[in-house]
Amino acid sequence: MTDVVPKVDTVKLTIDGIEVEAPKGALVIRAAEQIGISIPRFCDHPLLAPAGACRQCLVDVEGQRKPVASCTQPVAEGMVVRTQMTSEVAKKAQEGIMEFLLINHPLDCPVCDKGGECPLQNQAMSNGQSESRFVEHKREYPKPLPISTQVLLDRERCVLCQRCTRFSDEIAGDKFIDLMERSSNEQIGVFRGNPESPEDDAPFNSYYSGNTIQICPVGALTSAQYRFRARPFDLVSTPNACEHCAAGCDQRADHRRGKVMRRLAGDDAAVNEEWNCDKGRFAFQYTQATDRLTKPLVRDRKTGELREASWPEALTVAAAGLAAAKDNGGVGVLTGGRLTVEDAFAYSKFARVALGTNDIDFRARPLSGEETEFLGSSVAGRVDVTYADIERAGAVVFVGLEPEEECPIIFLRARKTYLKRGLASYAVAPFVSRGFEKLGATVILTTPGAEAEVLGESEQLREALSADGAILFVGERLASVEGGLSTAARIAEETGAKLAWVPRRAGDRGAVEAGALPTLLPGGRPVYDPAARSEVAAAWQLDAGVLPSASGRDTDAIIAAAKAGQLGALLVGGVDPADLADPQAAEQALDAVGFVVSLELRLSVVAKRADVVLPIAPAVEKTGSYVNWEGRVRPFGTVLKTAAMSDARVLDALGRELGLELGVGDVAAARTQLAALAELPLPGTAEAGTALRGSVRVAVPTVAAGAAAAPTSGQAVLASWHHLLDNGSLQDGDGHLAGTARTPVARISKSTAADLGVADGDAVTVGTGRGAITLPALVTDMVDGVVWVPTNSPGSTLRRTLGVAEGALVEISTGGTKS
Amino acid sequence: MTLDYQPSQESLSKLTPVLTKRWLSPDAWKIDVYERLDGYTALRKAFKAHPDELIQLVKDSGLRGRGGAGFPTGMKWGFIPQNDGKPHYLVVNADEGEPGTCKDLPLMMADPHSLVEGVIIASYAIRANFAAIYIRGEAVHSARRLRAAVEQAYAKGYLGKNILGSGFDLDLVVHSGAGAYICGEETALLDSLEGYRGQPRLRPPFPATHGLYASPTVVNNVETIASVPYIVLGGSAWFRSMGTEKSPGPKIYSISGRVNNPGQFECGLGVTLRQLIDLAGGMQAGHELKFWTPGGSSTPMLTDEHLDVPMDFEGMAGVGTMLGTTAVQVFSNQDDIVYATYRWIAFYHHESCGKCTPCREGNYWMVRILHRILAGQGTVLDLDTLLDACDNLLGRSFCALGDGATSPVTSSIKYFKQDYLDYIEGRKTPMFKGELVGAH
Repeated sequence: MTDVVPKVDTVKLTIDGIEVEAPKGALVIRAAEQIGISIPRFCDHPLLAPAGACRQCLVDVEGQRKPVASCTQPVAEGMVVRTQMTSEVAKKAQEGIMEFLLINHPLDCPVCDKGGECPLQNQAMSNGQSESRFVEHKREYPKPLPISTQVLLDRERCVLCQRCTRFSDEIAGDKFIDLMERSSNEQIGVFRGNPESPEDDAPFNSYYSGNTIQICPVGALTSAQYRFRARPFDLVSTPNACEHCAAGCDQRADHRRGKVMRRLAGDDAAVNEEWNCDKGRFAFQYTQATDRLTKPLVRDRKTGELREASWPEALTVAAAGLAAAKDNGGVGVLTGGRLTVEDAFAYSKFARVALGTNDIDFRARPLSGEETEFLGSSVAGRVDVTYADIERAGAVVFVGLEPEEECPIIFLRARKTYLKRGLASYAVAPFVSRGFEKLGATVILTTPGAEAEVLGESEQLREALSADGAILFVGERLASVEGGLSTAARIAEETGAKLAWVPRRAGDRGAVEAGALPTLLPGGRPVYDPAARSEVAAAWQLDAGVLPSASGRDTDAIIAAAKAGQLGALLVGGVDPADLADPQAAEQALDAVGFVVSLELRLSVVAKRADVVLPIAPAVEKTGSYVNWEGRVRPFGTVLKTAAMSDARVLDALGRELGLELGVGDVAAARTQLAALAELPLPGTAEAGTALRGSVRVAVPTVAAGAAAAPTSGQAVLASWHHLLDNGSLQDGDGHLAGTARTPVARISKSTAADLGVADGDAVTVGTGRGAITLPALVTDMVDGVVWVPTNSPGSTLRRTLGVAEGALVEISTGGTKS
Repeated sequence: MTLDYQPSQESLSKLTPVLTKRWLSPDAWKIDVYERLDGYTALRKAFKAHPDELIQLVKDSGLRGRGGAGFPTGMKWGFIPQNDGKPHYLVVNADEGEPGTCKDLPLMMADPHSLVEGVIIASYAIRANFAAIYIRGEAVHSARRLRAAVEQAYAKGYLGKNILGSGFDLDLVVHSGAGAYICGEETALLDSLEGYRGQPRLRPPFPATHGLYASPTVVNNVETIASVPYIVLGGSAWFRSMGTEKSPGPKIYSISGRVNNPGQFECGLGVTLRQLIDLAGGMQAGHELKFWTPGGSSTPMLTDEHLDVPMDFEGMAGVGTMLGTTAVQVFSNQDDIVYATYRWIAFYHHESCGKCTPCREGNYWMVRILHRILAGQGTVLDLDTLLDACDNLLGRSFCALGDGATSPVTSSIKYFKQDYLDYIEGRKTPMFKGELVGAH
């Protein structure tokens, strides 16, 4: 995060009599902004290539016969520009264009969603005439036109600035919307096949479609979710960080009367620029789910059922249960990856101080001991790679990460760089996904399980990673590949490439920093290191020997121990067993363990099995920070002020019930404590602490590369990742969003398909001893003997149904009847 | 047609049949006939010269683009960066669609090989190994002739690899458009040729450096390229012996409307309308010249005051109009100027590509106002609105199509405001039934 601003050549010009120094090649409209002169515009957008389509930004340039569109005109030395402020020609030109735009624009501002925040409305007031001379019929269209289930288009409002089509083409690479027809009948549309068979239509199929709504300068594009729900001037806006993934997008949440009505992409040039993905934008209704918990629940001794309880009662029961279990087998703590760094820190401290255990793990997914070591050696406390580094990279390599599906902003930045200067991308993956295709990536088709071997031995990758500023991106999925992370660390070291670990969830990286791991204390301090322990003990003002010295158990081991009756209790944060490698084992563990405390938002699978359920606040109802994949702190404030408490505050109260002052209940206090131990620039903390002071770093794992499983006849190696939009519980409650998800398919190679005797669309069944998934086949250019299905999509709940993870051998057969 | 009409000697002396010299020869469109009539001799001569010499020759000839803008052709060729390692392209604009214009299509019908020969010479000069002729989609017959000519030229070794043993390779493709006036605009044409929606591109970069497939490209009109073989054969001095000093060479004038013998007349640049009408057999009986376009509807119209103005680039600019495509449309006192303007604006409205606001919305608006005036529902204020809309459109649109659309409106109101007032003030019977209007 030490971005050096390169020195740029500048030119001097005059705008409205004021001398301006602007970077060479800058556009006049930008140079005018520098001195606070706002030239009206519609098609212009700083992140899109100039179009010059709307002609609203016309200015007078000395020596030019005609008014010049300031959004396409680069500055030049000595140029003399007169805007509407000082030139009658420019003023009249702009008023003329505004009148043209308005002749076919309905005056429906009072019912239009954009009314009140509409560039057309605002600029018509500031740069238009008060009266229109147009008395003829306006254009009319049937409305709205759904261009996807989420995005609706009112064509009569459209001013045809093409921001949406240019965004979809230039930024997202999803050219599913384009101009249709011509002249005054020109309109935005999607491909329509035969009107008799609407299934031939190609809707606006993009994970970034919501951005087009946000950059639409009129009310032509609206979301089905927000349409007609609120007026901008009734909304209260709060800056917000996205809770969905590790990208760390800056967002804005707009709420009214206790409900978030919509979310917009925030403006952070260093992270998400001005974009976000549709999950971040639209998936927030889960907080209003009907099974949302607002009161504590305690299992009634007589009925055995959960019943509502007061906070004091619930805390007392929980504290008693945990205290008893502490001395009777101990307590395992599973925190999940959705926590703020402050909450993760609270769990980390609570486990060590209140429960006296290192049995804590945030990983709610397939994991490995190798990964545990890797997180200590190569992730915690490291801030090596930023988004800006992607723009400077000589090459990027993705292993165990499909960026569009698993970290959409990395994808956007890589694509931007690809389009700008042809960034070379490489991937080790089972097939060329749409994301890789849009990056022009060279994909080394690999059977899951063999990634480490390929990464370790490919000369092509070694050469790519030796390029200046090359970045090796490894996804969390690489944890389940034997030797994957070890090889990644080794190759990065050998080639000098930067190494970035990209988890899927917003809280994952923060949990590493906060020490929600069995082997790491806050700041990446190894549990086994006495110096590390004494630093932490000093910071926490603990007596010597209070901090447990033995490394704890990871998620899998905690579950196995609980299932085997070796644990006294489980303290579970927001963990969905279905995300774990073996959901069945997790549920059996929950059933087997004597006492379960669940901190939950909704009445989940865990909560239903708990003895005490303590409701906690969703992201919008608390203050906190996420740490994104870069290691960048993404703080956010409370959007909705409710009585709901953060996990940290509940744990603080629970600690107090156990007679401890953890001091983590208040966000500021938690930040101060964490900042003393970890190198995180948390807001409100005077200075970032230094990690690993006087301590050692965990050694880099050196697990040898494993081989992929070898399928026999009727078998295949399972490949999988999550679709960005899927069954995730944080996406509950928005059917319009779900409608834009990609269709689950089973991808198999041509020869695998031929062996099975299936063609595209025929049903393929993937099964294990536990269950089977049947999906339509999609013959794909990929390795033979591999089948790819989405991890957690409708009809494809991999872990729940099959109980296996990527790389496993599965049975594969035809689905019998054709779908 | 009045058969016994005899143009004056003075008018006849203006005729300079160069491009049109083979038009009346039977089957001149066949390659063997063309070869007999000097065909492909210029090419043989051209191959003996260095490409740079050819560019210089065309510069010296003073040939100016025949598509309307009159840009010096040799200079355009000279803009192509040489030795830049990129492929170069020649694209011939045969998307003749300017209302009233009818010169390129008959040329390609009657003498397609002259264009093919010009293409080969021009490509050799600018070092292009691929050329395309973008022909208007509706011009099925011309396209057919042209394709046949290209096929014959390939068969005879004038196209393809190592043409006439010169070591020069050229492939020539005839591409039919899909019926869009905008694709006559050179950058929209290039987009269309690349398979995209035909809309004008942002300039700079110009086609000379970033044209077809972002490579250096010359885009020339059919008549321009067809002139090249004659320049090669006749030399620049001969070419300059026709026309005027600043507008040298012969030019095909296509004259239509209220004349007895409409058609194409090839004269030296600088001929007058009086002479053209004379060549075209005079005005039709009972018709008196009222208004005329010098070069298609995008050039402001003129009146009988301008019968003797020389029709070259400078002469037309001098009376506030443009030479354009030398598409002379002659209208008489029996023609309705308001209706003609309405029809023209309806054309521009229909053909506006929709990319920029002023052209898309301005024409939509003007066509409605003109319709309303013709329906007897106009007001005097409408004339101010029309002129102001033109003022807000002219020079504000993305490409020249929008500029051109204002010409009929402003020039007709300039010369014939009374005709509009006759509709507005009820002296003339409405042409359309009125409809209820009001704010919406």
